[in-house]
Amino acid sequence: MCLGIPGRIVDRDGEMGMVDFDGLRREACLSYTPEARLGDYVIVHVGFAISVLDEDEALRTLAVLRAIPGGLDEISG
Amino acid sequence: MRYLDEYRDPVLARRLIAEIRAAATRPWSIMEVCGGQTHTIVRQGIDELIPVRMVHGPGCPVCVTPLATIDRALAIAARPEVIFTSFGDMLRVPGSGSDLLSAKARGADVRVVYSPLDAVRLAGTHPDRQVVFFAVGFETTAPANAMAVLRAAEERLANFSVLVSHVLVPPAMAAIMESASVDAFLAAGHVCAVMGWTEYEPLAVRYRVPIVVTGFEPLDLLEGILMAVRQLEEERFGVENQYARAVRRTGNTFAQDAIRRVFRVSDQTWRGIGEIPASGLVLAPEFAAFDAAERFTVGGLSADEHPGCIAGEILRGTLTPLDCASYGTLCTPRRPLGAPMVSAEGTCAAYHNAGRTRQETS
Ligand code: SF4
Repeated sequence: MCLGIPGRIVDRDGEMGMVDFDGLRREACLSYTPEARLGDYVIVHVGFAISVLDEDEALRTLAVLRAIPGGLDEISG
Repeated sequence: MRYLDEYRDPVLARRLIAEIRAAATRPWSIMEVCGGQTHTIVRQGIDELIPVRMVHGPGCPVCVTPLATIDRALAIAARPEVIFTSFGDMLRVPGSGSDLLSAKARGADVRVVYSPLDAVRLAGTHPDRQVVFFAVGFETTAPANAMAVLRAAEERLANFSVLVSHVLVPPAMAAIMESASVDAFLAAGHVCAVMGWTEYEPLAVRYRVPIVVTGFEPLDLLEGILMAVRQLEEERFGVENQYARAVRRTGNTFAQDAIRRVFRVSDQTWRGIGEIPASGLVLAPEFAAFDAAERFTVGGLSADEHPGCIAGEILRGTLTPLDCASYGTLCTPRRPLGAPMVSAEGTCAAYHNAGRTRQETS
């Protein structure tokens, strides 16, 4: 039950909204993320958005990861 | 999908593994607290690719819900007037004699809900029945469960109640720091999305353990491990946030407010671990009318674990499922003897799903 996943808000009606998880749509309560707008990504747990994904931070994390030197890519998995 | 696929990139994963191998001069022990993280680590075999000992923590709510609470749920669910609602992964958790799924097969009205609000709705549409919701989980489900109680109070639903078994992660981490030798922790990202990480700051200093708030995808875990290893190598002991895209230092204050309104902190028994002071939530006095444990009297609860199950050691991180003689033979996800074999977040189920086998020592 702790597996929260990111989804995109595609509809919002007051406290409730519709969130798209890669094609699967589910209703979610948005009471705890009043700042969330249409198109935002939110982390949803048991039908409740608990966090709005910060796109700048997401890009920053990816930039850090991509900056790791790739000289050792031949290392076997 | 965006924000998932990028964090599963195998090329970047290999680079991170190389970085960890280069950075770690010692076989540090790092505990991932959350069962969702255990699931990713074991499924991807991350722990087998790095020179770090990954210790699996107690972070599976299904696993730590006390046996006596499961038995109480079973007794309440068996009552003819009750519709017993629960998250799906609680249905197969063995109590001392049975589980909710078997109770359902015997005729009890047990229903799986996705959101606690579904249970509130059921109470509204079934005024002649008593709807009980099994309010379990960590800080991640507490805001949802709090909202269910708030809605039921608003709608004055006299036929709705909750059986509460809520656990709090930081006190359990402190208990593990007291007893086990773990060098660093990956804190559960979504628990911190709700609660923030200020509670961890004194723990990191007091026990001299790095704590890295970490997400759930393979690259999140590898980066979290790398950050923890770097702290250990540099003898730094602080809280760092790998999961910055989802977690802020103060967490989600709206969710915290709801939790504080509806619940009070209390001592709590963790299945397999025992009682940990101030590590659980119970209903606040003004919501006592919604307490299923008060509404339905249940007697004669005992708490006998299956003697072949070593779940306590597994939840504390002192043994792995491969140390359990019942693993994979008497105990499988289809027929679990103990709670860690039930949900995908349980360490035993994670090992079994990944096809890990015991070396027979006969
Ligand atoms: S494998 Fe089964 S019996 Fe062994 S510790 Fe895990 S849950 Fe208990």
